[in-house]
Amino acid sequence: MNTDNLSPIILTLVTFAPLAGGLLLMLLPRRDRDIRIFALVITLLTFVLSLHLPVYFHRGQTGFQYGVDKQWVSTPNIHYHMGVDGISLWLVVLTTFLTPLCVLISWKSIHERVKEFFILLLILETALIGVFTSLDLFLFYFFWEATLIPMALLIGIFGHERKVYAAVKFFMYTMIGSVFMLAAILWLYAHTGSFDFVMIRDAIASGAVPKFPAAAQWLFLGFFLAFAVKVPLFPFHTWLPDAHVEAPTAGSVLLAGVLLKMGTYGLLRFNLGLFPEQSRQNAWWVMILALVGIIYGALVAMVQPNMKKLIAYSSVSHLGFVVLGIFSFTQAGLNGALFVMLAHGISTGGLFMLAGILHERRHTYEISEFGGLASPMPVYAASYLVIVLASVGLPLLNGFIGEFLVLSGAFQDKAVYGILGATGIIWSAVYLLWMYQRVFYGKVTHAVNNSLRDLSEFEKWAVWPCAAAALVMGVAPIIWLGAIDPAVQAALTPAVRVASRMVGQ
Amino acid sequence: MIMSAIPAYSPTLPLSADYVRILPEIVLSVFGMIVMVLEPLLDEETGQKLLALIALVGTAVGLGATWLMAQSPGLAFWNMVKVDGFSVFFHVLVIAIAAVVILSSYEYMAVQRIRAGEYYALILFGVVGMALMSSAIELVLIFIALEISSISSYVLAGFRRHEAASAESSLKYFLLGSFATAFFLYGVALMFGATGSTNIDQIGRSLQAGPIPLLASVAVALMFVGLGFKVAAAPFHIWTPDVYEGAPAPVVGFMSTAPKAAAFAVLLRVVFVINVHDLVWVIWVSAALSMTLGNVAALVQNNVKRLLAYSSIAHAGYLLVAFAAAPVLGASAAMFYTAAYATMNLGAFAVVSHFANAGERYVTLEDYEGLGRSSPLLAATLTIFLLSLIGIPMTGGFFAKFYVFSAAVKADLIWLTIIGVLNSGVGAYYYLRIIVMMYMRESRKEVPVTPVPFALGLALAACIVATLYFGVFPGRVLQNAQDSAGQLVEHAPPETPVSRLVSAF
Repeated sequence: MNTDNLSPIILTLVTFAPLAGGLLLMLLPRRDRDIRIFALVITLLTFVLSLHLPVYFHRGQTGFQYGVDKQWVSTPNIHYHMGVDGISLWLVVLTTFLTPLCVLISWKSIHERVKEFFILLLILETALIGVFTSLDLFLFYFFWEATLIPMALLIGIFGHERKVYAAVKFFMYTMIGSVFMLAAILWLYAHTGSFDFVMIRDAIASGAVPKFPAAAQWLFLGFFLAFAVKVPLFPFHTWLPDAHVEAPTAGSVLLAGVLLKMGTYGLLRFNLGLFPEQSRQNAWWVMILALVGIIYGALVAMVQPNMKKLIAYSSVSHLGFVVLGIFSFTQAGLNGALFVMLAHGISTGGLFMLAGILHERRHTYEISEFGGLASPMPVYAASYLVIVLASVGLPLLNGFIGEFLVLSGAFQDKAVYGILGATGIIWSAVYLLWMYQRVFYGKVTHAVNNSLRDLSEFEKWAVWPCAAAALVMGVAPIIWLGAIDPAVQAALTPAVRVASRMVGQ
Repeated sequence: MIMSAIPAYSPTLPLSADYVRILPEIVLSVFGMIVMVLEPLLDEETGQKLLALIALVGTAVGLGATWLMAQSPGLAFWNMVKVDGFSVFFHVLVIAIAAVVILSSYEYMAVQRIRAGEYYALILFGVVGMALMSSAIELVLIFIALEISSISSYVLAGFRRHEAASAESSLKYFLLGSFATAFFLYGVALMFGATGSTNIDQIGRSLQAGPIPLLASVAVALMFVGLGFKVAAAPFHIWTPDVYEGAPAPVVGFMSTAPKAAAFAVLLRVVFVINVHDLVWVIWVSAALSMTLGNVAALVQNNVKRLLAYSSIAHAGYLLVAFAAAPVLGASAAMFYTAAYATMNLGAFAVVSHFANAGERYVTLEDYEGLGRSSPLLAATLTIFLLSLIGIPMTGGFFAKFYVFSAAVKADLIWLTIIGVLNSGVGAYYYLRIIVMMYMRESRKEVPVTPVPFALGLALAACIVATLYFGVFPGRVLQNAQDSAGQLVEHAPPETPVSRLVSAF
């Protein structure tokens, strides 16, 4: 493959292209139009670059690809080690796919401090991609923390009424959760002399790490806490509704679409990868928390009078599926978990954009303020319907595949998990369709809604790619699963080995 | 090499090499005296500028002299002074701090209408004391150096002569400071009684030989009280907020970094060379208390200077964590932390002192509202320093905390590490409050912000560059610190006794 010669540097390019764009943007004069166009070009360019990853990805091959490994700091032994496998590959593409849409959706809605907004957005994109591509624990922590500041600022500066409260709450929750991960990372470094994910994983698996058995449970919990806050898993979810409701639309899209996936990705990569035995032992209560999240999130979503809060709680419910799938330790469950992560990113990102569009016109998210919108805004209503159906899990749209796989995985593990989880799908149909009915059907209840504009060009360009992606993912999931499946299998192997050992005893 | 030279080394008159080994101190004293002599001869307007410039040149020549000094390592003046990598490191640090403080106080003095001839002389004399503290290995000489540095700090604290708060600050600092110094002297006396020597290296060697007498432990504990006061470690921290609040802001920047660094240098020698390992619990408790009390008290502060005072107590706590760790790792982590802390804290105080304006009127959190809009560059600068104080990746503060905690984990100080990382999570909140005020709130009252003058701009730029340099390329500084720490403790016993004892916690 000669056209492949970009591969050694492609991850560096994809990761840092947005940051470079952000730095250039700082130098640009404050002409809002130019800044928007520039941001769009940069994010689109990043997206195109990131398409290199799936195109040249060797499917069916396990292990990390496009690897880069250079020493960054000698003491301690920190490496600039990047690489992707089938698990992180799609999360990178998801990030680069959603960011240009965020730029489009913010085109008109952000009109103050435009420059700062796009700079923060671009920095955030780099940090997010970095989280998924770094294979050095230190580098990972570095990017993990680096996502905090731009996101908190996006919420705190560009958000709605209670933005400061939400920003600080978001920051503190994540910060305090992740310091425990830092402590665990430091422990691993102190006892292995390396931050390298692969090296530490192999050292733990071969029993070469001194004092590991005594500390393993604490290490597992250290990582788990950081990720559980981020997912968010019940009962650590209380920051999420606040952050979502107050964030600007683009912030919500990235928050739901990508930031939450950092948590589930971390659980899958680090908790399962480094501590398969502890993951197995702790799976029962993690799955119970996930089930509580699925059902509780759905029930709370149902009674929300605020559209954005409803979508936020639906995220709690959907992410519960992901965790359920991960800790089911079945091939189907893990495949499904990853697919739900991607599908949720697309459909919930779409829902937040649609809610944001409505907010721009009426400055409210209250469902009761709307009704009968299908007649003044037919295109908007149709787009909304597609995304809602995708989120509900209608076959042939993306939500169905993932949830189906997760539930079949959960069934294999324990039937009762599958049954309880399946109720989540019913609930999601209830709250989403009910909301849709109240907002779009019937007669127009408020006269002011009669004159609402339908989707503008920019908004169409932002929303329709989501709808298209939802359809493609639903019809041809094999494009995605083809790369995911071998990676998942590799991730599962140690856990299965542990299981057979445990059964054998 | 140095040690083997000792028996043969007993000249009656100092050699010329001896003078080279205290050349920085000589140079700084000379420049200090030039400033004092010239001060009454010059008229007010031109005088201020010229004196500041002379002082600045003095620090530059002092740095050059330090380079010369570094070329001839060894003992001087009958084993009272020892030039090694360790003392060179701290020489560079305190002299650089002085240079930045001189740059950042020139404009302040003009705004506050303070005739400041002696001011620059006092800073230079103070630096002489601090530099000597880092190279003296004779306890009595350390005491003298400590007094030289302290007395100039007492006077500097009272430089806003017309303000009652400043006088209170100076008096409080003086009374409590002399009390604390007395403790140190007591410790020296007892140590002489216990070992028959006041030379740190000799004490260290004689104590290694057998079991440690109780008297020596008490002596080290008393010295710790004295030095603990100087570095504002709990429970000897009560003076800090009042003194910092009343003293002129640039002086606080100076006081919270340079004398602290020097006191930490002495403490490093006392802890790691004398190495009384059954006192580790004292450091443990003091570190935990400082972090917790400092952070918790800072949460509720409304005055930025008081807030930063409590934050400096917390940072002293993080630093002390390193003292509880194993010698080389701990000492090098502490040295790195001192340097990183100095750059970010100096920078923060430089911004605060510029912003405070005439009579230090604008020092409450409310005054910072909307600063991000009214002067974006100044706000961004302060933000970088605050992020570094929080410990966000890409800043010096991050690696500083990182090294300290990883040294602690390596020494099995798991609980202290957990207390530390939790504290750094809590600590994020109050720094974030300032950022929130600057960026997310609209200003409610008119706060005039004068443009940043050239000298201050230079000082800020230096601090930013250093903070980012420590954050991105920490390797060289750390390597330097590690080599120096290696020289420091080359006669100290290997890492085991401390860590064995500490693992009881």
